[in-house]
Amino acid sequence: MQLDAKNIGFRYGKSPWLFKGINFSMQPGEVVGLKGPSGTGKTTLCRILAGYEKPLEGKVTLGGKALPEIGYHPVQMVFQHPEKAVNPRWKMGKTLKEGGRPDDDLLARLGIQQEWLERLPNELSGGELQRFCVARALGPGTRFLIADEMTTMLDAITQAQIWHAVLHLAEKRKMGILVVSHDAKLMNRLCDRVIEL
Amino acid sequence: MNLSFKGKLSLNRRQRTILEIGAALGFIMAIIIGRFMLDEGSIGTNLSERNLPPSFEHFFGTDWLGRDMFARTIMGLSLSMGVGLAGAVSSAAIALVLGLAAATLGKTADTIISWLIDLFLSVPHLVTLILISFALGGGFKGIVFGIALTHWPSLARVIRAEVMQVRSADYVHISRKMGKPRTWIAIHHIIPHLIPQFLIGFLLMFPHAILHEAAVTFLGLGLSPHEPAIGIILSESMKYLSSGLWWLAFFPGLSLLLVVRSFDAVGERLRVLMDPART
Ligand SMILES: Nc1ncnc2c1ncn2[C@@H]1O[C@H](COP(=O)(O)OP(=O)(O)OP(=O)(O)O)[C@@H](O)[C@H]1O
Ligand SMILES: [Mg+2]
Repeated sequence: MQLDAKNIGFRYGKSPWLFKGINFSMQPGEVVGLKGPSGTGKTTLCRILAGYEKPLEGKVTLGGKALPEIGYHPVQMVFQHPEKAVNPRWKMGKTLKEGGRPDDDLLARLGIQQEWLERLPNELSGGELQRFCVARALGPGTRFLIADEMTTMLDAITQAQIWHAVLHLAEKRKMGILVVSHDAKLMNRLCDRVIEL
Repeated sequence: MNLSFKGKLSLNRRQRTILEIGAALGFIMAIIIGRFMLDEGSIGTNLSERNLPPSFEHFFGTDWLGRDMFARTIMGLSLSMGVGLAGAVSSAAIALVLGLAAATLGKTADTIISWLIDLFLSVPHLVTLILISFALGGGFKGIVFGIALTHWPSLARVIRAEVMQVRSADYVHISRKMGKPRTWIAIHHIIPHLIPQFLIGFLLMFPHAILHEAAVTFLGLGLSPHEPAIGIILSESMKYLSSGLWWLAFFPGLSLLLVVRSFDAVGERLRVLMDPART
């Protein structure tokens, strides 16, 4: 099932249009890069694809059908700041299970340790938290993953470990990935093609 | 040297919290137990023991009818606490319903409720409380309704703000995209976030309600003069102050102050503990 963005336009309130007439599609299993200067609306576009924002013009479809308003969203997004993406009062184990039971192999590959499951978010580092957010977004129902500067805040080794795990799973499940980053090297290494906004 | 000094300070603070909670619980227990051990007989008149100063037999002395002031104070406080509790529980319930409604039922509901909150906050509590109590004919019903209808606005505002804030949190939006229904999100994300704020708001409201009940009753607009309320005791005692019967007002007044202060202190301390950033 391919993910299509057709003629997408968006702006915040009465401010000028951020973008208009955006068209692109992604195949299952494809890794696509998205780049562009700061403030051009990459994060906004990601939010639209993942259903957090409704496009003011155009539409997003998966396999030709509109994406569901309720129920598990097949296009999942990982946010840049994991601290805000987890409930500060929940133990990590509960957060992890929110999107369904994650598979053990993935947890191991992401380097998530068993003892972290009993901790609260403020007892983990940003990098450790982000692994949980990645694992949570990769529930069994995920067809496409939107990675908006997902590993920007991490060191090279952790970055490599996380991408390794994600790419492995993507290949296994034929899942597509949209990579947003300012890191040209990372993009070249990961992506089949890169588009510019 | 310096270190040990610091350690001692922080220990003291913790000890103080425990001490305050202990004192507040002690007061409640003493008043409840006292209430059950006393009956109308223990505040019966005894004309042979009129106007006695405090002694081991009568801790708080006796009044102009020979009634034991200690027993009257305990009964008065238990009545006041009952009124305060009933008023604070109903008021907190109103605050919860209106706060939730303002945050979730859309713009119109929010505008109306926010306007109501501002309206009530702009007039002093005591004035509205007296008006409502008076309009309902005073007595237990009047004063409880009065408290319930006047003490909710600040807590309602807090709840409204908290709901709005947590509702727009990233993790709540993510939960929706994980396929969680709204009710699930309300139960697992939103309500647990509200509970501490709500309990502390309630705890702080309780001493307020007691004090206001006493004030209104003191002014003769609350509970009827036949009830052994603290406000009644205080207003009656005023007449005898000039004749040197200082204990009539001193001990009941001091007890009221201690109860109110200790609850206030506990609520305030818990609030700071829960939320050190916002003092
Ligand atoms: N909630 C919002 N309300 C109003 N304006 C917004 C909102 N979110 C973003 N913007 C504005 O929209 C523009 C695009 O923001 P966006 O975050 O999509 O950019 P970006 O391409 O992801 O930038 P960066 O590379 O720095 O992450 C910015 O000018 C920003 O100020
Ligand atoms: Mg961005």
